[in-house]
Amino acid sequence: MTAPTPAPTPAPAPGPGPLHLAEFNVATLRHPLDDPRMAPFVELLDPINAMADGTPGFVWRLVEDGAPDATGMRPAGDDVIVNFSVWETQEALWDFTYRSGHLEVLRRRREWFERHVRAHLVLWWIPAGHVPTVAEALERLAHLHAHGPSPRAFTFASSYTAAEAAQAESAAVQGKGRGGAPAQSSRAAAWRPAAAAARK
Amino acid sequence: MEDIDAIAALQDPVRRRLYEYVAAQGREVGRNEAAEAAGVARTLAAFHLDRLADAGLLESGSRRLTGRSGPGAGRPAKVYVRARAERAVSLPARDYRTAAELLAEAAEEAGLDAGLRAAARSRGERLRDAREPCADLEQAMEILAARGYEPHLEDAAGESAEETADAAAGEDPARVVRMRNCPFHAVAERFPPLVCGMNLALLEGLLGADAGGAVRARLDARPGACCVVVEPAAPSKNNIH
Repeated sequence: MTAPTPAPTPAPAPGPGPLHLAEFNVATLRHPLDDPRMAPFVELLDPINAMADGTPGFVWRLVEDGAPDATGMRPAGDDVIVNFSVWETQEALWDFTYRSGHLEVLRRRREWFERHVRAHLVLWWIPAGHVPTVAEALERLAHLHAHGPSPRAFTFASSYTAAEAAQAESAAVQGKGRGGAPAQSSRAAAWRPAAAAARK
Repeated sequence: MEDIDAIAALQDPVRRRLYEYVAAQGREVGRNEAAEAAGVARTLAAFHLDRLADAGLLESGSRRLTGRSGPGAGRPAKVYVRARAERAVSLPARDYRTAAELLAEAAEEAGLDAGLRAAARSRGERLRDAREPCADLEQAMEILAARGYEPHLEDAAGESAEETADAAAGEDPARVVRMRNCPFHAVAERFPPLVCGMNLALLEGLLGADAGGAVRARLDARPGACCVVVEPAAPSKNNIH
């Protein structure tokens, strides 16, 4: 694992300090990874992961002990592989996901993965330096499924800025004890890459 | 400014030449260079370039140009690039954009990638209209330009090949065609795997790239450009396969 491993902070505390974007997604395999039909995907794992590690804005990705990646970890089901990473900005994650060699993997997704009826990707902001856990990721995905996009758990198409997430988090902390639900900030317009932001 | 007013600003032929030149460069262009390209005096070019910026068709800024010549080289100068905003006018009012977004959303949710790609490939073949598969990169450039992709040659390593383009006309296997413009930009940004896969299949059909043609197309996405690269089908250099 080549990624930096900053000291984990025990409790993500809202407040000043930069936030990073955590990304977690699940993919249900159509065939076991050692099936010949999955070979083209498996061959892409190392080069694509190496490319991610070298992408500006990349912070961290989940790697199983003694393995080059996390495909052997199956926290969401025996036939479900997970992808878990942290990025400095949403734009860096977007450009890697959709504007790099990774797009070719996504283009061929139907050959290798089942279609998901529910959201299969969740994004959320974390304090820079915090190493998120798989349990945390599963909780965020469940939150997205249960409540739809919110500052706690969102998607590319329905995203929240780091500032909105911090604001919602501090409102939730203040609201605790009063039994109030986390105050939802005004919904941001769907996040778009900078290249599209200027579009009318 | 309303789209119709912005587009109307292009009615002046000099202004339109200036706009098309700046847009085609894909980089910042100074006043002297634009004036020379449009064949007009610098002051006239400056006037029209600023009108284009006022209309929102160009963006202007100051940049220290490191030109090879000219008395202004080395001093900050006003430069222009094409504005990112899309402009469109339809009379009577039509809204194909919303229709495209809704259809893409439904196709994404239903997982219709393969069906969409098959439709795109056969549309590309129909657009090719029984002509022979594309013979070389030069021909691919013409076909792609006609469909608004704004193609340009690059060295395969990524350097712009514009300066060497005149020297070696089209036979260098180390060159590829990249495209500055994505004709499906708005839907491609919302559903990248679906729409970029559609675009690749369309181009494969259009160029005859999967019909034994001399060029092939593959996905090689980069920020701010079309997701497809077109290259010789059988590179003779380092030909491993």
